[in-house]
Amino acid sequence: MAEMWINMGPQHPMTHGLWNLRVKVNGETITDSEPVIGYLHRGWEKMVEDRQYPKIIPMSDRLCYGASMSWSHLFCLTAETLMEVEVPERAKYIRVIALELQRIASHLMWLAAIGPDLGNMTMIEYGMRERELFMDSMQSFTGARMTYNYARIGGVRNDLPPTFERDTLRLFDYFEKRLDEYENLFDGSKAFRLRTEGLGILKPQDAINLGVTGPSLRGSGVKRDVRKDDPYDAYEDLDWDICVRDECDTYARYRVRMDEMRMSMQIVRDALKKMPKEGPIRTKAPKKAPVATAFARVEDPRGEGLMYVIGDGTDKPYRLKVRSPFFVTLSASNVMLVGYKVADVPSIMGMLDVCMGETDR
Amino acid sequence: LTEPTPTTSDSFTPEEMANRVAEKFPESVKVLKTGARRLYLTSDRSAILNLCTFLKNDLGFDHASCVSGVDRCDRFQVVYHLTSYESGVAAEIVVDIPRDNPEIDSVTPLWGGANWHEREAYDMFGIVFIGHPRLERILLPSDYEFFPMRKNCEGGRQ
Repeated sequence: MAEMWINMGPQHPMTHGLWNLRVKVNGETITDSEPVIGYLHRGWEKMVEDRQYPKIIPMSDRLCYGASMSWSHLFCLTAETLMEVEVPERAKYIRVIALELQRIASHLMWLAAIGPDLGNMTMIEYGMRERELFMDSMQSFTGARMTYNYARIGGVRNDLPPTFERDTLRLFDYFEKRLDEYENLFDGSKAFRLRTEGLGILKPQDAINLGVTGPSLRGSGVKRDVRKDDPYDAYEDLDWDICVRDECDTYARYRVRMDEMRMSMQIVRDALKKMPKEGPIRTKAPKKAPVATAFARVEDPRGEGLMYVIGDGTDKPYRLKVRSPFFVTLSASNVMLVGYKVADVPSIMGMLDVCMGETDR
Repeated sequence: LTEPTPTTSDSFTPEEMANRVAEKFPESVKVLKTGARRLYLTSDRSAILNLCTFLKNDLGFDHASCVSGVDRCDRFQVVYHLTSYESGVAAEIVVDIPRDNPEIDSVTPLWGGANWHEREAYDMFGIVFIGHPRLERILLPSDYEFFPMRKNCEGGRQ
């Protein structure tokens, strides 16, 4: 049969953002694919070269609206490494709590998105409803719903409200029950299992070589997480484990994210127990950076986020490079797509958790 | 399951890695400093492919985190961030390349994860990666005429 190229995007329900997946099909079978990106390119890395360091924090939020906390936190971590600022103990714990709440909210948005992709129309309502509760929780200490502008170079902006611990634990008790329900909804569905199991196989050695990180890497049985391997903030002192599955298919990637939501709750519970009950939450950071370079890595909900900054003695960075996890995962998507049917594309790509804001920058 | 390998004699500390690198590349590679899970190197342009092959095959750097282009006005730089999953060490390699001849060997044949990062550095700075399987613009339109992240880029200004 004659082969042909099909454009899936830039406007297509599968894309979850503005990008184009060109797939070459032979009948129904994918023989080649090529993601076309850049539709959302804003020149972020050039823009920040003309901004003072504190003004880059709200800009980092806009890298990915689904996980804005982890990007502004990554920028602050990088700037702290550059300026050699030490963060107070309590602020480290608050950051961990904020990051894990953000991870749950981000995973919930992914869950709400893949539901309709795979024919489960109810899930978008459920996922978004539960995400709203986590956004309320984050609003209680950041004042914002999505772009938080919360991390600061040298700490965090606000302390947690007095009722935070009580409210969060109540929220978790409620959410755990809902999560059980959603797992039944997906795992108990024959249609869902047929559309995920055995699809989009990514072998561990391919995943490592192609630079895939985060839940997609752990779905391939590689037990790696920056929070454990290169711990930052308070992760070292907390009691938690890396979620990993060894099936290497899209179902494994789904399972890893579901398990991670539970693990995030465990991390927050442990952090609430172990955190210092009072103390400073912020230290003063210098306005100007030294003539030096620095980089920092974090585990974003989508994988390994890295920022590399060059300071030139002024109050603006000379160069700030962002490593976006989904940018790299997308470059590896061809390996997961070739050999499967064109109808499997939404399942395979949706399970990678698409975010174009951070990809195109 | 690929369990995290406990620190064994095969898994190097940053200091051991620095010694091995200094032994293998006495002329072309300099060790700037080491730290907790960190290794900082500079390399000559000609040695980068050999250095990366050595890091990947002998020192266990199996993950290329990032490849960044930098315009230092008098020269370009390519900065590699590599990670060894086994030992948890992250290495930074800085390579200077002349402005009038911005070419360097591609590391994409070693790590597929460097593919799009190198394309982006070409897209933004015009740095040519020799041996790259497909060095084309990635974020900007294919008919774009400038390299906009260069510090002296005035093209396209309104």
